[in-house]
Amino acid sequence: MKLYFKYMLMLLRSEMQYRGSFLLMTFCQCLTPFVTFAGVYFMFERFGELKGWSFYEVALCFAVTQVAFSFTECFARGFDVFSSLVVSGNFDRLLVRPRSTVVQVLGSRFEFARIGRLLLSAGVLVWAASQIEASWTPLKVVALVLMVVSGVVIFTGIFILAAAISFWTVQGLEVANIFTDGGREMIQYPLNIYHKWVKRFFTFIIPFACVNYLPLLYILGRDGADHPLYALLPLIGIVFIAPCLLVWRIGVRHYRSTGS
Amino acid sequence: MITVEGISKTFLVAKREPGLKHAVKSLFHREYTAVEALQDISFLIAPGEIVGYIGPNGAGKSTTIKVMSGILVPDRGSCTIKGFTPWLDRVNYVKHIGVVFGQRSQLWWDVPVIDSFELLRDIYNVPQAEYKKTLTLLVETLDLGSIMNTPVRQLSLGQRMRCEIAASLLHSPSILFLDEPTIGLDAVSKIAVRHFIKEINKEKGVTVILTTHDMNDIEALADRILLIGKGTLLYDGSVSGLRSRFGTRRTITADYHENTKPLEIPGASLLSWTPERAIISVDTEQVMISEAITSLSSQVELLDVTIDTQPIEDIIVQMYKEYEI
Repeated sequence: MKLYFKYMLMLLRSEMQYRGSFLLMTFCQCLTPFVTFAGVYFMFERFGELKGWSFYEVALCFAVTQVAFSFTECFARGFDVFSSLVVSGNFDRLLVRPRSTVVQVLGSRFEFARIGRLLLSAGVLVWAASQIEASWTPLKVVALVLMVVSGVVIFTGIFILAAAISFWTVQGLEVANIFTDGGREMIQYPLNIYHKWVKRFFTFIIPFACVNYLPLLYILGRDGADHPLYALLPLIGIVFIAPCLLVWRIGVRHYRSTGS
Repeated sequence: MITVEGISKTFLVAKREPGLKHAVKSLFHREYTAVEALQDISFLIAPGEIVGYIGPNGAGKSTTIKVMSGILVPDRGSCTIKGFTPWLDRVNYVKHIGVVFGQRSQLWWDVPVIDSFELLRDIYNVPQAEYKKTLTLLVETLDLGSIMNTPVRQLSLGQRMRCEIAASLLHSPSILFLDEPTIGLDAVSKIAVRHFIKEINKEKGVTVILTTHDMNDIEALADRILLIGKGTLLYDGSVSGLRSRFGTRRTITADYHENTKPLEIPGASLLSWTPERAIISVDTEQVMISEAITSLSSQVELLDVTIDTQPIEDIIVQMYKEYEI
């Protein structure tokens, strides 16, 4: 973990070599969620509510997802762009160092400009949380924090899984984006607005529902979800990382390197 | 200390005809050809040796290095280095080795060299005091003092290679793998790098295994060479042994008083001839040098004679031809 921060400092220093570009990127990154969020706002302006969900409730759901995703993109970017390490053969370099490949890949790349996105989403999160009609209890706050943390873990898991695929295909698969970007787009909204199989997929295959929809029901006190266990559901989401790491390990053994 | 036994590795390479039609076709159906990168390679290397690993492009040099450094898992065979099997106990094993890939950097591109070194210290968990000592020594012997605070992207290739070598030695490994360490370097840098390799081998007893295409590297450094071609080990022995086996030709350059009569020396071939000078190639397995010179002096009035052994480059080319690799 200490090493991870050392990597981070190093890459931050590299990034600062190109200060102008960094500041501009950070600013631009703010715009993306801002525009999407504005879209949500105007939609509610027009339709008032979404299957019984109010604007602030959806905004909270949206913000939790965005915070988790931009955090992951910022700090687990190494896995997102991992296929380039395989294509260039630079993964060799990581293998001859006495550290776990996971830490080293995490440390190989940070996308600091995503902090812009993160900050904006965090702003929306706080704002929506203060506006919703719910009585905040300590457990609900815990649930909210867990939702974000566990969301980061699941997104990281998907990144790792997608990265591991490139051990077999060399080129990364765009298919993986269905689950990262696609997953993010889907779970920005409460899952009960979708078809049943979508809900099932995101509950039992990729447990996004555990970190987003279900604990949100608890926080809002909706649909009879008042058992305190709902608040701890995000912990299940964390388990998702285990199979991802397993596939990663198998992939590393399968690594073939490049010529020369 | 290094035992490699019967290592084999086969790569499946997707076969693809050129052209868009075949590119699309290969998306759905691929044919693979098996390329045997290594076939039953075995050798032993003792501690403190410098071994040159040579062979033409694509012979399997890098693959062997990658197997020995734990990057690749071979299909068959065993490899034990310092009691470890590289690919099974990677994390513990790689603490003992240093690896330089000549064509690939291990330094962080945008930051000063010293920052990269310090991160490497953390990666390898080198105690501060020991790190300081090693670093001072490396900076001194590789003459890095003036470039330590320069970002890597601004270094020349020669400077960068010296930093790469220093970076791979910060954790005081006992085995150093060098994959083409002198590629693209100018003469001065080459000599500096060779000198340094020789020195750490002598001073610290570091075992060095290097691959190269520059035979001067081999001659300056290696006591022993391994020649690999098409995935099989063809020669394992000393450089002088190589000479006596393959380098049996000598070149005689003779200067003499003007003589217009063409020379004739039995068993030797005339490479060039002028009325004052002749260059003659002699195969010592057929004609003794002394016989050739006797024959020469009987035909012309000699002024000067030089005898050159065959350059090692030529011997290698001859070997490649002989083994058809």
